[in-house]
Amino acid sequence: MASLNPDRRMQIYGALLMLPAAVLLATFAYLPTIATLINSLFLPGFRGEPASFVGLENYALLIEDDTFWQVARNNLFYAVGTIPTSIALALGMALFVNARLPGRGFVRMAYFTPTILPMIAAANIWMFFYAPQIGLFNTLLEGIGVPGVNWLGDPAVALSSVIVMTVWKEAGFFMIFYLAALQGIPPELEEASNLEGTSRWSFFWRVTFPLLMPTTLFVLINALINAVRVVDHLFIMTKGGPNNATNLLLYYVYENAFSFFDRTYAATITVVILLVLAVVATVKFTVLDRRTHYQ
Amino acid sequence: MKPRLPLHIGLLATAGLLSAGQALAQDASQDPVQLTMYYPVAVGGALTDVVDDLVEDFEAEHPDIDVEAIYAGNYDDTRVRAMSAIEAGEAPQLSVMFSIDLFDLIEQDVIVPFDDLVETEAEQAWLDSFYPGLMENGRLDGKTYGIPFQRSTIVLYWNRDAFEAAGLDPDQPPETWEEMAAMGAAVHEATDGEQWGVMVPSTGYPYWMFQAFAFQNGHRLMSEDGTEVYFDDPAAVEALEYWVSLAEEHEAMPDGTIEWGTLRQNFLEQSTAMIWHSTGNLTAVRNAAEFDFGVAMLPMKTQRGSPTGGGNFYVFKDTSAEEKQAAMTFIRWMTAPERAAAWSIETGYMGVSPAAYETEALRDYIETFPPAAVARDQLEHSTAELATYQGGRVRRALDNAVQAALTGQMTPAEALAQAQREADAALRRYAR
Amino acid sequence: MNTSTASPARASRRFSLPRLETIAAWLLAIIWIFPLLYAFWAAFHPSEFMVRFDLLAPLTLENFADAWEQAPFARYYLNTFVLVTGVVLAQFVVCTLAGFAFARFPVPGKDVLFMLVLIQLFVFPEVLIVENYRIASGLGLVDTIAGIGLPYVASAFGIFLLRQTFKTIPRELEDAARVEGCGWMAILLKVYVPLAKPTYLAYGLVSISHHWNNFLWPLVVTNSVESRPLTVGLGVFSAPETGVNWATVSAATLLSIAPLLVAFLLFQRQFVQSFLRAGIR
Repeated sequence: MASLNPDRRMQIYGALLMLPAAVLLATFAYLPTIATLINSLFLPGFRGEPASFVGLENYALLIEDDTFWQVARNNLFYAVGTIPTSIALALGMALFVNARLPGRGFVRMAYFTPTILPMIAAANIWMFFYAPQIGLFNTLLEGIGVPGVNWLGDPAVALSSVIVMTVWKEAGFFMIFYLAALQGIPPELEEASNLEGTSRWSFFWRVTFPLLMPTTLFVLINALINAVRVVDHLFIMTKGGPNNATNLLLYYVYENAFSFFDRTYAATITVVILLVLAVVATVKFTVLDRRTHYQ
Repeated sequence: MKPRLPLHIGLLATAGLLSAGQALAQDASQDPVQLTMYYPVAVGGALTDVVDDLVEDFEAEHPDIDVEAIYAGNYDDTRVRAMSAIEAGEAPQLSVMFSIDLFDLIEQDVIVPFDDLVETEAEQAWLDSFYPGLMENGRLDGKTYGIPFQRSTIVLYWNRDAFEAAGLDPDQPPETWEEMAAMGAAVHEATDGEQWGVMVPSTGYPYWMFQAFAFQNGHRLMSEDGTEVYFDDPAAVEALEYWVSLAEEHEAMPDGTIEWGTLRQNFLEQSTAMIWHSTGNLTAVRNAAEFDFGVAMLPMKTQRGSPTGGGNFYVFKDTSAEEKQAAMTFIRWMTAPERAAAWSIETGYMGVSPAAYETEALRDYIETFPPAAVARDQLEHSTAELATYQGGRVRRALDNAVQAALTGQMTPAEALAQAQREADAALRRYAR
Repeated sequence: MNTSTASPARASRRFSLPRLETIAAWLLAIIWIFPLLYAFWAAFHPSEFMVRFDLLAPLTLENFADAWEQAPFARYYLNTFVLVTGVVLAQFVVCTLAGFAFARFPVPGKDVLFMLVLIQLFVFPEVLIVENYRIASGLGLVDTIAGIGLPYVASAFGIFLLRQTFKTIPRELEDAARVEGCGWMAILLKVYVPLAKPTYLAYGLVSISHHWNNFLWPLVVTNSVESRPLTVGLGVFSAPETGVNWATVSAATLLSIAPLLVAFLLFQRQFVQSFLRAGIR
């Protein structure tokens, strides 16, 4: 040690500080990522035989797999259904609670509370709403003479029902970021525009909304990730049914890996998810962070 | 300067987390034989309590054997849990799992046949003591791998009060498909749509319900060796068409899929006059129903019929001889006539052997509550539950077809043709 | 990665909402809180009042008693508690060390390494369940609480947050400590860590609520009551096919969210601030 110069020692010391994190990241992030790529090139062992290398056959199967395409479409629809709605609602909520409002504390709490519930608990509660015949929604609908809807059992509405639940769960979380951003906008801007007689509507679109753009992009990235990552509610609400109408990519991975014992096909679908995430990450690191520096 | 310190801290934190976890995951005590068993629950009621009580009684009688019974969720969850424990090298010694998991378990080469465990004549007699109908799903190539435990058939529950209110004979459940459709429609009409006529669940285990329809129409859906399925046969298509027509044509059943889990609640809330459900729900329904209800065999088209269903005991390969012996002792105890009778009374599941129905307890129970015998009586009209290699995929293909037809996405013929294609693809490597 | 913070001084000059929007805000709030209120209603009343609202409906605790009896919730609480504590403490240690290194040490290739760390923000353990399961299985971690927690310990998010915080701490403080003869570890513990307290609080709260609520990976990696956290226990308990009574499920649901919910209501301000601070990455 004594023979090393101070710079060298600092470098070694720093590397050692990073070591625990590096080992853990390698074990639970990099290694499995690489293993996923490799495994997607194999077929599982047949009747006790070892797995066999099949090149891109799993990918060929994937392309021909109607269910996969349906699941991918579902996930896209799910993202399109949840993200803009949650963002719009979050922005609205933030504008509400940023203004002077009677009972502001309660209102803010009401918006934010769903965020701290586990998705499983939220799904449990919403199951009671959605149950046909005896569920709350249909009981209320029948009360006003409208025939009930089979919220989770009708493929035409099941995914939308799941989306509504997700929006309820997420909007409050995104609200927080808008709230922070709104409080960062100098009130002088609004006072000036009031003097000029600009309507609030045009002030919002011309000043507030553009100023909130970085927040919107940040929330958008988070929402995109969540649309891929969070499938907990499916375990309770629909199990991906009816007829795959609510199946999402990560749930399909789970099914293949743990219900069908087909780990290699699951790996192949995981690769698709990783590609999607890579695109999101690229967008974030290039477009979104172009002007901010890691200093 | 102590450059190794940070590493120590990192390791310490990791090790702390590790040991905390392990301390919780392990139970000490070495002496008695330790058995771990996973088991599922798929119907209502506090079945976990019943199992826990049984295990406690067993341990009291057999102080040399410790059984840890782990409730692992529904049948699919239990398979996942048990398989993952095996993969992680912590195989349970025995488990109650889906009777139709047989092919997957054999393919993964993790279970042993009971024929290899049987040593004495008494044990052989025990092995032969169960209803043959319940052994169908537990046998392959002449060997017995599954011992029936929580076994059921599908039965029809009907609400006598609702029948009476709709001008039907409250003591006359439907005998045929036509009657069921007509009676269901009558209830729906008589109540101005307030109450449905019949509900057949189409989530959870749709393939199981469909198998009943198909078998009532004289059709079996799979080959005995589990390598072929016959989903697109005209008789199967006709069966699915009838199921769909209950909603589409007769307005006896609501549109869309019907949730397996909340169906009992629907029946108890009287939102339907009839349901098809596992007999395993019987006691739970009996305890909660505030109206007069009856239980009947399923109606017929060309014949009576229901698949059997439910869970069997399996013994896993990766176990010592001593543990296997202890597992045998436990399974024999659990399936002995008195326990089978008590289990049947507590739940509604079948007594698994004729001897169970000859016990005083179950005889008396049936005398006061005749519905408890329906599942057994139906056993002579039963067929094995849908079991094939690649079971998860094959069942899912059929489930999807049933749901697609019921929700109007496809015609029954199209849906079943697609399911046949998917199942064929999954089974292509298994054709002999 | 912008860094703007809420400034309370500005909040005083708030715009007040027109009446229509006030009504809308309240309506939305009521809709948003309604599901939770409904869960309370269902849990505290006999099951026949699930969809019948009657102010005179009898209150009962029986549903909670049933739930408590039918599933080992006490054990689930303990598991979740051990899991959350263990994960958060381990995260603090590992992320502090790495964040410190990234902030202050001239490790060659640091920028590339840091980008590699940030990748984990996108490639999180849930996506890799299949392979992570295999790895956990190889390490003998299946069905242990450590197995649930370890994949999350080296959190890119934590490393990033702490690195940013450490960078804002003036070097002069560090130099002063060095003059007093402190080594690197002492400097870290005496200078950096105390000054980063708000970050630890923020990150800790976010991490606690994340791991309290996490489901998919714990579901995959646990097999038995001994390691199952609350969420998985609740999922197993209330899966619809068990046909468990709804009122009981509501009670079980409330049981498993109660600690976090109570903590949130008590420390609402800190929670919201923490999510804010942690979220602006």
